[in-house]
Amino acid sequence: MTLTEQLFAQNTVQLNSKIPAGPMADKWNNYKADMKLVNPNNKRKFKVIVVGTGLAGASAAATLAELGYQVDAFTFHDSARRAHSIAAQGGINGAKNYKGDGDSIHRLFYDTVKGGDFRAREANVHRLAENSVDIIDQMVAQGVPFAREYGGLLDNRSFGGAQVSRTFYARGQTGQQLLLGAYQQFSRQVGLGGVRMFNRSELIDIVVIDGRAAGIVVRDLVTGELTSHSAHAVVLATGGYGNAFFLSTNAMACNVTAAWRAHRKGALFANPCYTQIHPTCIPQSDDSQSKLTLMSESLRNDGRVWVPTNPDETRPAHLIPENERDYYLERLYPSFGNLAPRDISSRAAKRAVDKGLGVGAKKNGVYLDFSDAINRLGRDVVEERYGNLFEMYERIAGENPYEQPMRIYPASHYTMGGLWVDYELMTNVPGLYAAGEANFSDHGANRLGASALMQGLSDGYFVLPYTIGNYLAPMLNQPTPDTNHPEFKRAEQEAQQRFNGYLAVGGTKSPDFFHRELGKIIWDYCGMERTEQGLEKALSEIPALYEEFKKDLRVTGNGESMNQTLEKAGRVDDFFQLGMLMCRDALDRNESCGGHFRAEYQTDDGEALRDDENYCHVSAYEWGGDPMKPRLNVEPLEFEEVHLATRSYK
Amino acid sequence: MSNTIKNITLKIWRQDGPAAKGHFETHKIDEITDEASFLEMLDILNDRLVTDGKEAVVFDHDCREGICGTCSLMIDGQAHGPQRGTATCQLHMRKFNDGDSITIEPWRASAFPIIKDLMVDRSAFDRIIESGGYITAETGGAPDANLIPIPKPIADAAMDSAECIGCGACVAACPNGAANLFTAAKVAHLNRLPQGQAERYSRVESMVETMDDYFGSCTNHGECEAACPKEISIDVIALMHKDYRKAKFSNRKDLARS
Repeated sequence: MTLTEQLFAQNTVQLNSKIPAGPMADKWNNYKADMKLVNPNNKRKFKVIVVGTGLAGASAAATLAELGYQVDAFTFHDSARRAHSIAAQGGINGAKNYKGDGDSIHRLFYDTVKGGDFRAREANVHRLAENSVDIIDQMVAQGVPFAREYGGLLDNRSFGGAQVSRTFYARGQTGQQLLLGAYQQFSRQVGLGGVRMFNRSELIDIVVIDGRAAGIVVRDLVTGELTSHSAHAVVLATGGYGNAFFLSTNAMACNVTAAWRAHRKGALFANPCYTQIHPTCIPQSDDSQSKLTLMSESLRNDGRVWVPTNPDETRPAHLIPENERDYYLERLYPSFGNLAPRDISSRAAKRAVDKGLGVGAKKNGVYLDFSDAINRLGRDVVEERYGNLFEMYERIAGENPYEQPMRIYPASHYTMGGLWVDYELMTNVPGLYAAGEANFSDHGANRLGASALMQGLSDGYFVLPYTIGNYLAPMLNQPTPDTNHPEFKRAEQEAQQRFNGYLAVGGTKSPDFFHRELGKIIWDYCGMERTEQGLEKALSEIPALYEEFKKDLRVTGNGESMNQTLEKAGRVDDFFQLGMLMCRDALDRNESCGGHFRAEYQTDDGEALRDDENYCHVSAYEWGGDPMKPRLNVEPLEFEEVHLATRSYK
Repeated sequence: MSNTIKNITLKIWRQDGPAAKGHFETHKIDEITDEASFLEMLDILNDRLVTDGKEAVVFDHDCREGICGTCSLMIDGQAHGPQRGTATCQLHMRKFNDGDSITIEPWRASAFPIIKDLMVDRSAFDRIIESGGYITAETGGAPDANLIPIPKPIADAAMDSAECIGCGACVAACPNGAANLFTAAKVAHLNRLPQGQAERYSRVESMVETMDDYFGSCTNHGECEAACPKEISIDVIALMHKDYRKAKFSNRKDLARS
């Protein structure tokens, strides 16, 4: 009996992935042909809550409202347009084959399964690749100004882990333009009354009545007031948990609270140890730094990554002769070169820096050099392609990348793990859905570039509007749950106690202090390279720091007006509990795959060594009442279409 | 190489709520690395305030990459501070000198009421977009993306104005508190594209009229363009006015016919 089989037999929750029957390429069509429908005139009788207004949330809310459902949308931002999807730079994949270079839905599907190191659910990924085509059409119809060729047709570029050009882009601001497209479509519905918008409102708890999601409790960030909202279905499109590392490329307010509160109410949290460390970020410059900034992966189309061969090198980059440079990605991965996938490129950078070959004052980066591209294409072309990224780099690093190479280093960027969902994107709590980065389903153990925007929009535009109808149809004419129900009142009281509790500790240290310390532990032991010993250490240090947090936290101000220190305390509390689960999962997964690299499990040349016999499964954890005692459930992964193989980019 | 900047004096606007009376509060920063961003300096100050048992200064911020448009701040009377084409979150301390005294205020405009300290309510911008800042294309019916070729100069010009991050610096910098640059940037983005033609005139009409409900009038000072972190040109305002005139003209014709 393999470990997967043993663990499966011990599951405490029944995990039904609900993958439709039929050949891989027909599954989604079969699903749509068989699903239950809600008559157009009956749709207005159903209310759906959407939490989060990024790509997944805004597109879902807009589409559901267009169909006729009543939608209540919530964001902790001042406007739906602020969601962190906006910061994605490089692009969005679409299997359009506009370049005639042999792309197809099957190839995008295959690249994504392989890119995820064979730890994603095949059927979900195939649907994602199918929808990628419609997303590009939909976004162009919304007026997204994608880059174009002189003839007026759409331009494409390449991203890591692919050998075709299938990435659509809008300068270095693709996420911004896509989010604004979805935000505009969403705003139209707000104007028409199809969506009711609640801004500066943060989800504090999920309410489950009779085993179904009944609604949410939110805190008005301006007044501190807690209110309950009920609906027939609840969608969490609340993003990832990369800020667990404190320093990350995520926006400052990104947090795990919504997903974590759902987890505590019964939703399983899947593959928490699958975190993506992005290879091209600006290295940390000093200890007061609050976040790290990404430099788009698209830069690797024309930039060459290298380090000096001499650890004691002191000359400026342009004076170092060619034979004293190591273009290590081109050397190690000749067929993908500088476009090797993120996890592989990140580890290679870490090894170079660990060997003392790092560049910059702190020797904590590697070069990303554009001098060849500038000589080959001219400065104008390089400026046209990456101008705004170069400017951003100069503002932050104070160096001009046209004249000297950028310095880059990996940083936490995206989380593949998240709430466990079935094929319909429903968690194991009926009526509770998770979309976009908040769920776990499509990227396996590593996400390829330009796939996050694709997944957010696929889930919101082209999956949830169908699957939610299938859930709601049998509930016709049932009222929304009463927000005076004892479960709502209990959740409100608990939330009130929680926030009063933070204010009452009266210790000496700010929530930011604890977040920074927690982040350091997770980065050191559950970052780019993990070991059994390190993870054991993290699992003793995090609970100790958490005890200190409970005793020595200081939150000033009050709970009745805008108080960002208090907001932060709640988010850090949840990051502590999640941090324990991340380390537990990383310790339990005795293999290396994608972004999860356990030093004990590697090939002779230092690549990730999977154990398909024992770990070809999703690890989904049930809340056990104590963050140190989660209950492990597994969903075995079966591959019908793609054959399990060693992932090679050589 | 990083250097240290010494002896900074901050004069920060504090205000408990929309109706409360505000005042300036003075804080000293003895030294800070010039690698720190302006907002990281405020983080450090806030951490110190909390540790000392005082309330942190409330300010809006999020991505810290200059793209989400959440951050604001009038720094020495300039929206987003002294560096051209740069949002506050991308401003670094290397732009300041030893001994500087820096005044930090919220956006000041009647359409942006103060929530607390340096945080304001910019939801009037959302109302403008809701009134017409979109192309009606409901999910599901879109034709192939390459069906309508768009000449590159037109796509590029649309992108130039689509870059607006909705931060509100244009309104804060305007002596009239007008939102013409914000509104016109969206009008120009959508009205330049083939997809935007069907609603071209109804869009501009309803966006301009919603804008007028909340904001002051434009008298061509040009401060908005100077303050815009995306350096959006005021040419877009001319385009908006031209389309608005046409819209009004054609509507009069419609009225005459009916």
